[in-house]
Amino acid sequence: MRFIFKTRYAQDLQVFKHSGSVFWNGLLAVLLVAAPFVVPDYYRTQLVFIFIYSIVGFGLMLLSGFTGQVSIGHAAFLAIGAYAQAILQGLGWPFFLSAPAAMALGAAAGLLIGLPALRLTGIYLAIATLAFGFVVEEVLARWESVTGGNSGLMVPAPRLVLQPMTDPTAFYFLCLACVVAVALAVFNLLRSPTGRAFIAIRDSEISAQSMGVNLAAYKTLSFALSAAITALAGCLYAHQIRFISPEQFTLLQSIEFLLMIAIGGMGSLHGAVLGAIFVISLPELIGAMKDVMPPGLAQQPGLKPLVFGTIMILVVIYEPMGLYGRWLKIRTYFSLFPLYRRGMFQRQKAYTKSERVH
Amino acid sequence: MAFFEVDGLTKRFGGLTAVDDVSFSVDEGQVYTIIGPNGAGKTTIFNLVSLIYAPTAGTVRFRERDLTSLAPHRVASLGIGRTFQNIELFEHATVLQNLLIGRHAHAHRNFMADLFFLPSVRRAELAHREQVEKVIDFLDLQAHRDSLVAGLPYGVRKVVELARALCAQPRLLLLDEPSSGLNVEETDDMAYWIQDIREQLGITVLMVEHDMSLVSRVSDRVLAVNYGRVLAEGTAAEVQSHPDVVAAYLGA
Repeated sequence: MRFIFKTRYAQDLQVFKHSGSVFWNGLLAVLLVAAPFVVPDYYRTQLVFIFIYSIVGFGLMLLSGFTGQVSIGHAAFLAIGAYAQAILQGLGWPFFLSAPAAMALGAAAGLLIGLPALRLTGIYLAIATLAFGFVVEEVLARWESVTGGNSGLMVPAPRLVLQPMTDPTAFYFLCLACVVAVALAVFNLLRSPTGRAFIAIRDSEISAQSMGVNLAAYKTLSFALSAAITALAGCLYAHQIRFISPEQFTLLQSIEFLLMIAIGGMGSLHGAVLGAIFVISLPELIGAMKDVMPPGLAQQPGLKPLVFGTIMILVVIYEPMGLYGRWLKIRTYFSLFPLYRRGMFQRQKAYTKSERVH
Repeated sequence: MAFFEVDGLTKRFGGLTAVDDVSFSVDEGQVYTIIGPNGAGKTTIFNLVSLIYAPTAGTVRFRERDLTSLAPHRVASLGIGRTFQNIELFEHATVLQNLLIGRHAHAHRNFMADLFFLPSVRRAELAHREQVEKVIDFLDLQAHRDSLVAGLPYGVRKVVELARALCAQPRLLLLDEPSSGLNVEETDDMAYWIQDIREQLGITVLMVEHDMSLVSRVSDRVLAVNYGRVLAEGTAAEVQSHPDVVAAYLGA
């Protein structure tokens, strides 16, 4: 078992808390850098999708997992990022200008939807974000002069500065860089006052307020940041797909994002990545399973939602902390072997709360 | 001018007058206790004082400043901290994180600097941590520093909540039933801590409390309320022997 001996307060602020963590993250970095040169093209593409979904996961995790505000309209922010990127790149803007512009547009939309969040909580907020998702989808379908309507929009190869980036390996590294940057930014937020204020709002609004947290300001900030991050994912998504149309950004997509972070593990950054890996590899798994399934079952449509839904139910019942929670248990089991107890991660029932602000 | 002064405070919820024309003043360095039977309006007075409710009438003044027109989150930065009757901690965070949130009133407000974790943020974090560690030492919480609040026993949570309020370095501390749910020993500890908070940290304490032995041990002044009205005010002994107070508790 590892025991971290702390001698300085700065140790608690480090990104990697111990040498083992440095080693494993280093190994992961080496593998990810080597991957595009080693693995077949197909898997490189899958990795790019995992990166893009991870970014969405970080964005949504910040909002839902850490600030406690549910959104079932996040596909709309992805769409805003994707369309802004497609249009701006079409106008000849380089990536390092168009992506921040798309993120700013996403943040503005996030501020807009954050405003009702000041008055709404729980299911009502979910409905408001749902409505926002439909509005954006409709706008994309009807505003034909800009978005191309239902016939969609072709997206040019990304141009970082001047030259179009035609090499898919280069694009892979662009996505990797974005994932790392976003992960680090969100991690930084969480170890500083802003992130702590988010967590305070999630766990108890009334006491967050009495600690001096301005609920309105921080909720809107969380929405704006989450939307900006998701819009960045949208930029990459547009380039990866090459062709965008409104039916890629539907309610189903938003729900998939929410399930992604729930299955990955609410309230952890690892969970966002694990959820992304899960969502991208699930169709693969189902495809592989089809070969061994009886033909009558394998031919049925809607197999993916069925499997997805079943897994979601199982996760909610047996592992509310998601894949990351399961990983924590396995790790603790081995590091404490043979002293691990089944009840170790059992949470006590919360005590009755004082009267709420709302 | 008093350090903390409540004047003509009234709160109506529809036809129910929960707090009716309550006035009192607390001097700096005092421990001031509000007592009263269940439903007397004690917690409502607290929620009015910490601006969670807006009063129907009356004023709350802290160091010559009228609080009633302020937004609720501004109270903390003026130097007023509070705890809650039923513990409102951040359940899914560690004790240390909870206490650091207590520092929020003193934190800088620049999320861009936080995104990049600039050296200034790092320095500020270390300073906050040092302040938090002082409180951890003060209340003997070292053993629980890295535990999740969700797994802590009730008595410890109560102390963590007190610690979180102290981390904000308040000048006035509002304690809503600090001994509720505590056993005799823990209540005893709480009494010592309230005395230490006043004597060592120089913080004025305004509290709501039921446990009369704790009240008489630590309070300088006691205010008795019932049905939202003031029954008596004075030292613990004076209030306890006041005929109206006796009637309120035991029946006329």
